[in-house]
Amino acid sequence: MSIPALLERNAREFGGKDAYREKEFGIWQSWTWAETAEEIEALALGFINLGVNEGDFIAIIGRNRPYFYWAMVAAQSVGAIPVPLYQDASADEMAYVLDHCGARFVVAEDQEQVDKVIDVQDGLKQFEHMIYIDPRGMRKYDHKKLHEFSHIQAQGRAAHDELIEDLIARRGKATYDTTCVMLYTSGTTGKPKGVVLSNQNIVESAKNASEFDKLNSSDEILAYLPMGWVGDFIFSVGQAYWTGFCTNCPESADTLMADLREIGPTYYFAPPRVFETQLTNVMIRMEDASRMKKWMFDKAMGLAKRVGPAILDGKSVGLIDRLKYKLGDIFIYGPLKNTLGFSNVRVGYTAGEAIGPEIFEFYRSLGINLKQLYGQTEATVFITVQPDGEVRADTVGVPAPDVEIKIDDSGEIFYRSPGTFVEYYKNPESTASTKDPEGWVATGDAGFFEKDSGHLRIIDRAKDVGKMSSGAMFAPKYVENKLKFYPDILEAVLFGNGKDSCMAFINIDLTAVGNWAERNNVAYASYQELAGHPRVLDTIQEHVEAVNKSVAQDDMLSGCQVHRFVILHKELDADDGEMTRTRKVRRVIVEDKFSDIITALYDGSSEVSTVTEVTYEDGRKGSISATLQIRDAKVQPVSAQKVAAE
Amino acid sequence: MSNEGYVTADGRKIGGTVMEMKNITLRFGGVKAITDISFDIKQGEIRAIIGPNGAGKSSMLNVISGFYVPQEGEVWYKGSRRPQMRPYEVAQQGIARTFQNIALFEGMTVLDNVMTGRLNHMKTGLFSQAIWKGKAEQEEVANREVVEKVIDFLEIQAIRKTPVSRLPYGLKKRVELARALAAEPSILLLDEPMAGMNVEEKEDMSRFILDVNDEFGTTICLIEHDMGVVMDLSDRVVVMDYGKKIGDGSPDEVRNNQAVIDAYLGVSHD
Repeated sequence: MSIPALLERNAREFGGKDAYREKEFGIWQSWTWAETAEEIEALALGFINLGVNEGDFIAIIGRNRPYFYWAMVAAQSVGAIPVPLYQDASADEMAYVLDHCGARFVVAEDQEQVDKVIDVQDGLKQFEHMIYIDPRGMRKYDHKKLHEFSHIQAQGRAAHDELIEDLIARRGKATYDTTCVMLYTSGTTGKPKGVVLSNQNIVESAKNASEFDKLNSSDEILAYLPMGWVGDFIFSVGQAYWTGFCTNCPESADTLMADLREIGPTYYFAPPRVFETQLTNVMIRMEDASRMKKWMFDKAMGLAKRVGPAILDGKSVGLIDRLKYKLGDIFIYGPLKNTLGFSNVRVGYTAGEAIGPEIFEFYRSLGINLKQLYGQTEATVFITVQPDGEVRADTVGVPAPDVEIKIDDSGEIFYRSPGTFVEYYKNPESTASTKDPEGWVATGDAGFFEKDSGHLRIIDRAKDVGKMSSGAMFAPKYVENKLKFYPDILEAVLFGNGKDSCMAFINIDLTAVGNWAERNNVAYASYQELAGHPRVLDTIQEHVEAVNKSVAQDDMLSGCQVHRFVILHKELDADDGEMTRTRKVRRVIVEDKFSDIITALYDGSSEVSTVTEVTYEDGRKGSISATLQIRDAKVQPVSAQKVAAE
Repeated sequence: MSNEGYVTADGRKIGGTVMEMKNITLRFGGVKAITDISFDIKQGEIRAIIGPNGAGKSSMLNVISGFYVPQEGEVWYKGSRRPQMRPYEVAQQGIARTFQNIALFEGMTVLDNVMTGRLNHMKTGLFSQAIWKGKAEQEEVANREVVEKVIDFLEIQAIRKTPVSRLPYGLKKRVELARALAAEPSILLLDEPMAGMNVEEKEDMSRFILDVNDEFGTTICLIEHDMGVVMDLSDRVVVMDYGKKIGDGSPDEVRNNQAVIDAYLGVSHD
């Protein structure tokens, strides 16, 4: 069994059903499974014609478009290995991956991506040919190594008779044990690692997850998450090919929300940040709504908060409340869900980061079946998932089907499953240190199972959990998440390992704070100016002190209260290496880069001047300098016994 | 002036003369806006008209687009002398333009605005368009396709259904360009396409202008204040000052022309 084999099956069984849609020129263009099979075959023949050998690596660089999914399956059909990259990566980051896997071929979207590869191609020994989809702006380029996607397909079609036997033979060699895809994990430390996933990993994981949520060929998804991320591969390829459902690609990144509304997916996935942004937008627009509408909205949301999640879980709710909720559905929830594009969502997932309980409850109270899962690339996504009716904001659910989990003495989570990755490419040491001979994989996360429910709770990255000088436990993520649940705060980084007190960096959310500034006649010219505004500092200080109060109530972590904080003058950015492409903070790099600010936080100064190098999207460098105010936050007294007992 | 084409520094082949101004003089009452100016525009080139404020640049563009009728001189287009024409007749000949102070239909969506650029390509009458059956419907679909390609080209998909009045200035400028492009012009006149834009918007607009020229082979004649932009974009430049032509040539030639330097930097009269 392999993805190309599933394609043949789908073309046979669901031939006339839509497999892909993409909005282009204002219209949803669609391809049935039969047409998809033909397009992929033409491309696969074109690949052979171009000289693709079995075992070659083909890099895929672009936003979610049907052509790239076809390119991945066509690569598999000829025995090559697709390597999807993050399309917003810089040329240097791409150079590392392209060189590491030794990609002979690159399929790129447009001039922007082609230019990046051309910039670095001299350092790539194995690189030979590039195929692009959008020819715009490249008429004058040297086309010896550059080919248009449709031309490759046309050449493939023309050479059908001589190459088809070779293709059939190659396609037949794909088994459960052959490599399906290689994905680079961004990694919060060090260079990215190439995770090799077999057909078994992908197909079994897709099958289990599809059965768990009862997905079928009539489902619809919107493919908009980065193609380099394992989640997109499992949803848009694994599950799409297993169940035969339709993958819809948006017109552009800017039209995403409109496209979401038009498609109305039934199966939806988004990181917490997307849900946060949507909620912030709803709240901002409600602020501007008429008094009547606002009153209705508040009233209805009050009711939804009280009974919505219970109704969604099928628990018993009073008849009057049930009727009121129905009414609310007609006037508020229904139209709101429609505006957000969630009218048809049957199963929705969020993962990657902790989601704020209020945000989570908001969507669930509207009747959207939003759940959490816990996973990683090495597990082919699924480690734990929340079953319908057992959904909570603070846990990540029970082990996914066929997944075994154990927790060692230090609290680190280990798993073993059919999705367990084959190896890190060209990196046996890392493979050995992550996966033991029995197949148990270390997640690097610390957590525990709740006794009553059997649900897993994640505390933090195991290596980030430390001790303060008093001996109290230091778990930064716990505090950071509490801070990030405020819409004003986009990102927070906590320091304090081995120290006597904790300090924090804060990034404000420009949308939320900018809107606040507009309402309160606070003038500002730039992100930096807004971030340094005294009234913004006041607001953030209130949030920090509120978080301190809540942290103080936790016996284990009361030492992690924030004593002093600073609002950073720039957003932490993947282009500057401060975050991964999946937007996880790289603690070590942040600590190193802003060490002057950390020093100032600990030595008691009231402000600090700093100069920071920034990288623009096109790779140019610049620097920004700023003088940052440091604020003290009120901390709650920690009872002495608890520290002593430690 | 020769009718020959030439090859640009970046290797584009420019064809023969498509439009020629011969001794144009334009007066408003006693004021001479343009005095005896001659220059040509060649097939496929980006031709700029620059000059200080009040030099008569916009007047010149309005002469080309048929909005002003010069008292003296001739406009030659595609090898024959252009008789006096109404602006819409000039548009029918394949000349489209944008305006310095945006002239869009503020209450209409971007899509509808761009569709108006197709007016000269619509043949069905008012009545059949109102009923919207058969031919009128087919015609609209065909024209919508062209418009959608322009929308895709200028990357304004996300604002397709947004009323123009809600758009920021930079995007309005882009919508104007879209409307002009929708007419599939052979000559595109741009009146200060970068005015009032920030650096990023200017970079975007420059890229679009170059792409239009490269992709569709459209001849472009633009007026611009921003010298940096003009020097980077254009193949040949006409310099005007007080209604007179004081320079004409490649950006480098113009940059080193003493009359041009004096006009821009000022010269002391002692």
